[in-house]
Amino acid sequence: MRTISIAKRVTKELLRDKRTLMLMFLAPILILFLMKLVFSVNSSTQVDIATVDVKSSLVKTIDKVSHISTKKYSSNAEAQKALDNKKVDAVIKYSGGDFYVTYANTDASKTAATKAALKSSVVANTMKQLEQTLQKVQSRIPNAPEARTHQVKIHNKYRYGNSDTNFFDKIVPILMGFFVFFFVFLISGMALLNERTSGTLNRLLATPVKRSDIVFGYMISYGILAILQTLIIVLFTVWALNVEVVGNLLNVILINFILALVALAFGILMSTFAKSEFQMMQFIPLVIVPQIFFSGIIPLDTMANGVKVISYILPLKYAGDALSGIVMSGDGFIKILPEIGILLIFLVILTILNIVGLKKYRKV
Amino acid sequence: MYNSIISLNNITKKFGKQTVLRNVNFQVPSGRIIGLIGPSGAGKSTIIKIILGMEIPDRGVTTIFNQKMPNRKLLGRIGYMAQSDALYEQLTGRENLQFYADMKEIKGRVAQEQIEHVSSVVDLVKDLDKRVSGYSGGMKRRLSLAIALLGSNQILILDEPTVGVDPALRRKIWWELQNLRNQGTTILVTTHVMDEAELTDDVALLLGGQIIAYNDPSSLKQAYQVNSIEDVFLKAEAQQNENNIYR
Ligand SMILES: Nc1ncnc2c1ncn2[C@@H]1O[C@H](COP(=O)(O)OP(=O)(O)O)[C@@H](O)[C@H]1O
Ligand SMILES: [Mg+2]
Repeated sequence: MRTISIAKRVTKELLRDKRTLMLMFLAPILILFLMKLVFSVNSSTQVDIATVDVKSSLVKTIDKVSHISTKKYSSNAEAQKALDNKKVDAVIKYSGGDFYVTYANTDASKTAATKAALKSSVVANTMKQLEQTLQKVQSRIPNAPEARTHQVKIHNKYRYGNSDTNFFDKIVPILMGFFVFFFVFLISGMALLNERTSGTLNRLLATPVKRSDIVFGYMISYGILAILQTLIIVLFTVWALNVEVVGNLLNVILINFILALVALAFGILMSTFAKSEFQMMQFIPLVIVPQIFFSGIIPLDTMANGVKVISYILPLKYAGDALSGIVMSGDGFIKILPEIGILLIFLVILTILNIVGLKKYRKV
Repeated sequence: MYNSIISLNNITKKFGKQTVLRNVNFQVPSGRIIGLIGPSGAGKSTIIKIILGMEIPDRGVTTIFNQKMPNRKLLGRIGYMAQSDALYEQLTGRENLQFYADMKEIKGRVAQEQIEHVSSVVDLVKDLDKRVSGYSGGMKRRLSLAIALLGSNQILILDEPTVGVDPALRRKIWWELQNLRNQGTTILVTTHVMDEAELTDDVALLLGGQIIAYNDPSSLKQAYQVNSIEDVFLKAEAQQNENNIYR
């Protein structure tokens, strides 16, 4: 099998190139780690919460949460004014059994901290009440019906953005896809460029090899590499960075695998238009940067409709959608099928273009 | 006369405005060593690439074994050595040979035997497990030749095979080529080294985009009334320049 031989050869070359390996496996981890550091700096800052008409027992519980301090305001208007003046980061108002919370939301981690603090405090207090009630009831009748308490609701309101504005969590799934795309694109593009300029591609095509053997050989080799890379990135984000993956990890790997093949095909295609490694680098702003903008790292719904259309021709958008879905909402295989389908269409088209493109070197 | 195994008919090849080959007719008979000589830039490599189907001529037809080129399957019966070494530098010599054996679908034990044989012909046996990136220029040349010799080729096409190879080994290589010829392989070889041209069965002289002379070495020397192929070459080149002046 010529395809397998080519895959073996490409893999051997890759494994012996230490710098490329570092770029594939260590660089993404390093960047993710740095980003995590940068984004988690905020979580240790002080969060100030204004409370209006909140029971003092609850306020005490909230106050006990580390890095959070509360301040009582007598009227909602006053509290909102403090929010305007950035004196506090959130206002909690208790009214008719429900909580009405307004967040400044300029710093997503503060919003998250407030939410968590309020929620846990409410739960803690309710549990305490429940316990007390139960104890009282149980002492009288052994089989008493469950004590009912009012189901407390928390109504959230945001001065800026919405509940999704949790930056690091939101971009992690997209970042995973982005790293796979970026590094496979760059490294495969360089590898193929090197084959063109060193003459090995020409030499190879002077054997009875099929053009498709070459393209498929590269796909097998880089496909395996992408699976490894994805595994490392995913394991690192899950275990070292404590990012929760709600859905199935296998689906995450599947999407990244297909995305890697698309990136590979794209890299091979782009290398056709480059004469040197420097020219290959010049494709980065042209090919990679737009994908960052449209992959969902910047919320697409804030964009004008005309601009949004561009995102539909960028593979990273679909991978980003699917990955966000799996990681954050636990989307299953069926739910991500449309994205998989579109990525496969990209893959088929690019692969055909590549096989035809090799005709430049041998006409049959 | 001969049964021609490679045939170029009315080949014209241009690169942009430059016409490299004009109306070239060139027949290579079966079972002989043909030397293709000519100054640098004459179009020797271009002829070879057209034969292999790597370049498409603007006009004319090339056939190998009476089949029109380009033809992928026919490439399996041809051993080719390019003018520039195109080797996988990260791999060892053996891995390079193994890879090309795979491409030619030479299997298992046969492949191992052939790798041993061709690497002994080019005297690379003890360096076979070193990475190519550590090879000298001459060693790379020899490895390229070894790759070309893999397989049971009916045709060998060698583009300047002995550049950078020292004289003793050069003699050994030519001995091997003659050996292969005696077994029926047809060999087309371009060269800069004129005393190598003496070792061929026929010499084709490419000048000004055309084959201006094509005969066995002794007939050529007679025709030009000189004592060596080198002198044939120089005389032909001088005549060509004269023609250009009076044209
Ligand atoms: N791909 C190409 N593009 C443009 N010009 C070329 C190309 N290949 C060869 N040439 C030109 O064609 C001429 C013949 O080249 P070549 O066949 O390599 O000569 P030789 O092998 O006899 O030294 C040279 O002038 C060279 O510059
Ligand atoms: Mg040449």
